[in-house]
Amino acid sequence: MPLIEAKHLSKSYGAIRAVRDVSFAVDRGEVVGFLGPNGAGKSTTMKMLTGHLRADAGAAVIAGFDVAEQAVQAKQRLGYSPEGAPAYGEMTVREFLRFAADLRGLADPAESVRQTLELCRLGEVAAQTIDTLSKGYRMRVGFAQAVIHDPEVLILDEPTDGLDPNQKFEVRRILKEMAARKAVIVSTHILEEVGELCTRVVVIAKGEVRCDESRDKFLARGADLNAVFRQLTA
Amino acid sequence: MSASQKSSSPGLKPFTAMLRREFAGYFRTPLAYVFLAVFNAFAVSLAFFVGGLYESGIASLDRFFLYHPWLWAFLAPAAGARLWAEERRQGTIELLLTWPITVWQAALGKFLAAWLFLACALLMTVPVALTVGWLGDPDWGVILSGYVGSLLCAGACLGIAAIASALTRSQVIAFVTGFLACFVLVLVGYGVFDELLAGVLGAAGVDDLRRLGLWRNLEPFTLGLVDLRPIAYFLSVAFAGLGLSTIIVERR
Repeated sequence: MPLIEAKHLSKSYGAIRAVRDVSFAVDRGEVVGFLGPNGAGKSTTMKMLTGHLRADAGAAVIAGFDVAEQAVQAKQRLGYSPEGAPAYGEMTVREFLRFAADLRGLADPAESVRQTLELCRLGEVAAQTIDTLSKGYRMRVGFAQAVIHDPEVLILDEPTDGLDPNQKFEVRRILKEMAARKAVIVSTHILEEVGELCTRVVVIAKGEVRCDESRDKFLARGADLNAVFRQLTA
Repeated sequence: MSASQKSSSPGLKPFTAMLRREFAGYFRTPLAYVFLAVFNAFAVSLAFFVGGLYESGIASLDRFFLYHPWLWAFLAPAAGARLWAEERRQGTIELLLTWPITVWQAALGKFLAAWLFLACALLMTVPVALTVGWLGDPDWGVILSGYVGSLLCAGACLGIAAIASALTRSQVIAFVTGFLACFVLVLVGYGVFDELLAGVLGAAGVDDLRRLGLWRNLEPFTLGLVDLRPIAYFLSVAFAGLGLSTIIVERR
């Protein structure tokens, strides 16, 4: 059974059909790179997978639980970092993670917070309010709340957006460390990330899946990935 | 982190976590202390300087509670403006809606935290009651029922504020619309406004309308009359507001 299933998802905003009949599945151990130009429907698809948006048609299934019908069970098994890594800015990093741990009803919230601070290398800013953090740290806080419960399913919307090369490397390192045990979807428009991080690629454009194949097959499409991307999303 | 960290039935934990965060949230910014100071300053000065509580020579707090609908109409939307608007502005609503807590649990936690905060503001006026007790011999039962009525009135205004907050990402807009809606409920039942409406609705119509006003429902409490009808009125406005705001957030 795949851990993430998108089944014929569709969503319109008024007259605009943002996502049309999108289907794909992600198994444990897979890191799917979710690619597409801005406005292609990446975020909308992720929002439907995570239960933030209700799909007009189709279903999203996380670890066997329908996100709309069995929302709490599905969400317990899901870690999600939305675009821009929103967080309660007036809380300190430690308070925020503790809140996430308590809200998820974790058995030993203090220990989960300690381990997550360590995993995401946030120890030195744990007592700072999130509003005062640099972009790199903020993105890591967003990542930290998504993994604090060690979820089977991880969905990250542009987790490396706006990070410097060192910070990008760091986020990829953590992701690779935990990827074997999870099903991961990472949206990005940084094409180099595909080769370094992903095992599979799903390309979406104008709300439709244009390509869903293994990394190697995708990389074999051509030496110039930018040209491949332009051609697929045209 | 191991799989054993996962809890299959979180029970009330998400709700209490929400309640605690929201309540503590008021005190994370200086705004809470400004709020408490303003509430107290106005509650006391309205009672003494406008209501003539001291000059009346009566050991009773009805002149103190008389102004509470005005206070709550202004301050409950101020405290309630952040409920959902702030979640939208910060984008954290997206986290909240993808965490394993139902919207109802989250909404109830937020609402009760805000109500508790208003209760703190009210509790700080107890010295006024003690002053009256020191000056004379008030009926403490009546004072207590006045406090209960005022707290219920606060809940009703907060219900309206919750709707206003669910509709926008701007706390300012949430505050202004919440205040205006509460303001209408305050006006319904005041003399000048009644006379204006009597021409349109007739005397009986005005009397029916007055039943929907805040003051008409608070008044019996300040006289020591604990009646089921005003209790039902305040609680239904509070919970209708809570319910509606939740539906608005859920629908998004």
